[in-house]
Amino acid sequence: MTVVELSPFSMLVPLIASAVCALLPGRLWPWLLTFAAAAASAVIAAITLAAAMDGPLSYAFGNWEPPIGIEYRIDAANAFVALLVSAVAAVILPWAKTSVDQEVPERQGPFYALFLLAFAGLMGITLTGDAFNVFVFLEISSLATYALIAHGQDRRALLAAFRYLIMGTVGATFLLIGIGFLYMMTGTLNMVDLAQRLPELRDTATVEVALAFIVVGMGLKLALLPLHLWLPNAYTYAPSFISVFLAATATKVALYVLLRFTFTVFAPDYSFVALPLAVVLMALAIAGMVVGSWVAIYQANIKRMLAYSSVAQVGYMVLGVSLVSVTGLTAALLHMFNHALMKAALFMALGTIAYQVGSVRIEAFRGLGKRMPWTLTAFALAGVSLIGLPPTAGFISKWYLISAAVESGHAWLVALIVITSMMALIYIWRVLEAAWFRQPAEDAPAVTEAPLRLLIPVWVLVAANFYFGIDTRLNVGAATAAAEALMGGIPGGAP
Amino acid sequence: MSLAPALNPFTVVLIPFIGALAIALAARSPRLRDAFCWLAPIPFFIGVLGQIGPVLEGRFAPQTLVEILPGLGITFSVQPLGLTFAILASTLWVLATPYAIGYMRGEGYGNLARFFACYAIALGAAAGIAFADNLLTLYIFYEILSVSTYPLVAHTGTDKARQGGRTYIALLLVTSVCFMLPAIIWTWHAAGTLDLRPGGILGDAVGPGTGAVLLLLFMFGTGKAALMPFHRWLPAAMVAPTPVSALLHAVAVVKAGVFVALTVALYVFGLDYLAELATRDFVLYVATFTMLAASLVALHRDNLKSRLAYSTVSQLSYIVVGAMLASQWSAIGGGMHMLMHGFGKITLFFCAGAIFLATHKSNVSDLDGVGRRMPFTMLAFFIGALCVIGLPPTGGVWSKMHLIMGALDTGESLVVVAFVLSTLLNIGYLLPPVMRAFLRPLPEGEPSGMQEAPMLCVVPLCLTAIGTLVLFFLAGHAYGLLSLGIN
Repeated sequence: MTVVELSPFSMLVPLIASAVCALLPGRLWPWLLTFAAAAASAVIAAITLAAAMDGPLSYAFGNWEPPIGIEYRIDAANAFVALLVSAVAAVILPWAKTSVDQEVPERQGPFYALFLLAFAGLMGITLTGDAFNVFVFLEISSLATYALIAHGQDRRALLAAFRYLIMGTVGATFLLIGIGFLYMMTGTLNMVDLAQRLPELRDTATVEVALAFIVVGMGLKLALLPLHLWLPNAYTYAPSFISVFLAATATKVALYVLLRFTFTVFAPDYSFVALPLAVVLMALAIAGMVVGSWVAIYQANIKRMLAYSSVAQVGYMVLGVSLVSVTGLTAALLHMFNHALMKAALFMALGTIAYQVGSVRIEAFRGLGKRMPWTLTAFALAGVSLIGLPPTAGFISKWYLISAAVESGHAWLVALIVITSMMALIYIWRVLEAAWFRQPAEDAPAVTEAPLRLLIPVWVLVAANFYFGIDTRLNVGAATAAAEALMGGIPGGAP
Repeated sequence: MSLAPALNPFTVVLIPFIGALAIALAARSPRLRDAFCWLAPIPFFIGVLGQIGPVLEGRFAPQTLVEILPGLGITFSVQPLGLTFAILASTLWVLATPYAIGYMRGEGYGNLARFFACYAIALGAAAGIAFADNLLTLYIFYEILSVSTYPLVAHTGTDKARQGGRTYIALLLVTSVCFMLPAIIWTWHAAGTLDLRPGGILGDAVGPGTGAVLLLLFMFGTGKAALMPFHRWLPAAMVAPTPVSALLHAVAVVKAGVFVALTVALYVFGLDYLAELATRDFVLYVATFTMLAASLVALHRDNLKSRLAYSTVSQLSYIVVGAMLASQWSAIGGGMHMLMHGFGKITLFFCAGAIFLATHKSNVSDLDGVGRRMPFTMLAFFIGALCVIGLPPTGGVWSKMHLIMGALDTGESLVVVAFVLSTLLNIGYLLPPVMRAFLRPLPEGEPSGMQEAPMLCVVPLCLTAIGTLVLFFLAGHAYGLLSLGIN
C-alpha cells in the first residue's frame, strides 16, 4: 500500500468506526474504539504530511478518474490541517474518558459515534479536492456537532445547539449556493479544474457572487465577527470534551476551507482584487480581535470567556490571511496550529476543574490555586502561551504575525496586536488572581486535586505548548510549506 | 584567573533553574529545602567565575542551544558587559541567601519553597539575560524574569501586596510586549540578524528616522530600567519582603534593565550610530529628568524602603544617561555603576530589612538613636550610602567619575550639572537616616542595649558593605574588563 492509497484512511477509519461504535454497549468499548480510530487516523495523517511535503498526492475514489470521480488532493496545506485535527483528537481522548463518564453517563455508544462522525467530517473537508464533497462533509460534521452540543448537562445546551444549527445551516447553504454557481459556470466540481477554468470567467457577475457567498458562508462557520454569535453559547454549554475538540479544530477547518477557495480555486489575484476582500477581512479581523478580547474580560463564566477569546484568536488568523503574503499566511496557519494547542490545553484544564468542582464560574476559582495546584498551574502556563510570552508556541505565532504586519508596511497593526495581547493578559490574569490570591467562599465545597488520568493529558498539551515554542521545526516548517502551497495557486503546483 | 572550571554559558544559566526545581521538590522537608537554598548559589558563583578566564583571553564562542526560527536561535555567549552583570548577581546571591533565610524565618513568612524557588529562577533568568548572544534570547529571559518575580512581590497575598504586584507585572509586561517586542521584530526584519555585536547591527540597515523610532521603543520598552513615566512598578514592588527588594529590586531585575539599555546602545545601535539619532537627546534628557525628579521624590519619602526605591530609580537613570551619552567613558562608567550601585544599594536594603526585623521601624523619622542599638547595621548603612552617593573610599566614586568624564567629553554641560545636583540630593536623602541613628538620642522608654538583627542578617550586610570598600581598590580590574567590550 502506498502513501497515496493510505491517505484517505485518515478520514475512512473514523467514518467506519462510527457506524460500529453506535452499536457498542457500555462505557469502555465505545471509548476504546474511538481512541483507536483517532490514533490510527493521526498516524496516517502524519505519514501523509511527510509525503505531501515533497509534492501533492492525488487519490481517485473508486478509481473514477478525476474530474469525473471524487479526488482527494493532498498538499502541504491540507495535510497540515488534517494532522492538526487528528492529532488533537488523539491527544484529548485519553482525557475525555473521565470527563465524558461524568457529563454523559448514559448511551455513550451513540455519543462517541457522533464524535467520530464529526471528526471524520472534518477530516473529509480537509482532504478532499472536490468542491461539492466539501459541502457534504461539512454537513456531516455539522449535524453531528449539533447533536453533540445538545448533550451538554445544562438545559441551555439545547438552545445553544439549536442556534448553532440555524446559523450553521445558513452558512452551509451559502457555501452550497456558491458552489452551485461555480458548477453552473464551469461544469466541474473538481478544485483543480475549477482553478483552471475560472480565469476565463473572472469578469462575470455570477463568479463574483459565488465567491461572496462562499466567503460569507465560511465566515459564519469560522465565527468571524459579526457572524460569531453562535460560538460562545455552543462552546459554553457543550460537554467539556466537545468544547475542547471544537475549540481546537472546528474553526480551523473552516479557515482552511476559506483559504482553499480564496487562494486555490479562485487565485489570490482574483479574490483579493474582484472583491475588496483584503480590506473587509482585515477590518473584520481587527474587530474580532478587539471585541472578542474586550468582551472576554467581562465574562463571569470562564468557559464563555475562553469562547470569546477564540473569537479574538480567529481574528489573528484572519488578519494574517488578509495581508495576502507568504509571511501573513504562514502566521495564520502557524497560529491555527498553535492556537489549537493552547486552547485545547486551556479548555482541558477548565474541563478538569469542571469535573472536580462542578462549576466554571469565576467565583468557583477562588482559592483553587492551593487545592488544585497542578491543574491551575497548567491553566496558567497555557495562558502564558495564549498571551504570547516566550518560550511558548503563542510567542512564535505573535512573532510571525508581527513580522508579517511589519513586512506588509502596516506598522499600525503591530500596535493592535500587542494591545489585544495585553487584553488577553487581563482576562487570564483575573482567573489566576482569583485562584491564588482570593480566599474560597465560606460555603465552598471541599475540593481536591484532579486524578492523574485527567492531569497527564493536560500536562502533555501544556508541554507541547512549550515544546513547539522552542523546537519549531514541525509547526513553522509545515506552516511555511502550507503557505507556499496556497500562494502557489493550484494545489502544490502542476499535477 | 583560571580558578574555576570554564563551563558552557548555558550550563551556568541552568544551575539556578535546577536549584529552583530542587527547592520546589523539597517543599515538604524544610531542612532539605534550606540545604538546597544554601547550595544553589555556590556552583552558580563558581560557574560565573569560570567565565572570566575565557573572556580575558578573548575566546569567544557563541553556543546555540536550539534554533527557534530559521537563522535565529537561543544562543549564549559571554561578553565583558554581561560577565560584569553576572559576577554582580552571582556574588550577591551568595550573600543574599543567608540574609533571606534569616529574614524570612525571623518574620515567620510561609510558602518558603515557592519563595526560594522563584528567587532562584529570577537569578537564572538574570544570568540568561547577561549571557544572551542575541536579542531573542535576551527577550525570553527578560520575560521569565518579569513573570518569576511576580509571586515574590505578591508573596504575602494581602490586598496591598496584590495591588503592588499587579502594578508591577502590568507595567513590566506592557512595556516589554508593547514596545520592546515590536522593536526586536522590526530590527530582525530590517537588519536580518539579532546578534549582539560590537559596533551594532542597525547602523547600515535602517534610516535615521526608523532608527530614532526604534531607539524610543527599545528604551521605553525596557521597563526594568525604570525611565519615567514607566517607573511606578519599582516603588510598587516594595511591598515584597525585604530580601526581594534587596537582591531583585536593587540588583537582579533593575540591573537587568539597565544592562539591556547598555547592550542595546552598544551592540544593537553602536555608539557612533546612536550619537546621530534624533531621539537620542530626548531619551538623554528624559533620563536626566528622571535622575533628578526621582531624587527629589526620595527626599520627601519617610518610609525607608520607599526612599531607597526612588533612589534606585534615580541611580538607574545614571546608567541610561551613560548609555545615551554615547561615549566610551560614559558607557564604561555605566557598566561600572551597575556593579558599584548594586553593592551599595543591596547593603542599604539589607540594613532597612535588619532594622525592621529588630525594631519593627520602617520610617526614617523613627530612626532616632537606632545606631546605639544596631551599631553594625548602621555603620554598614553609612558605608552603603557613601557608595551610592559616590564618595571615597567606596567603589561608587569611580563609576560616577567616569560618568561625569563622559558627560564632559561629549560637551553635555547640562548633564554634568545634573550629575552634581543629583549627588547633592543623594547626600540629602541618604545621610539623614545615619545622622538620626547616631546623633539623636533614643526616644523615651526604649531599651538602649545592643539589639542587632539575627547573625544570618547582620553578617551579609557587613560583607556587602566591605564589598563596596574592596571595590574601591578593584575598580581598575572592572575597568579593564569592561573596556574589553567597549573599545
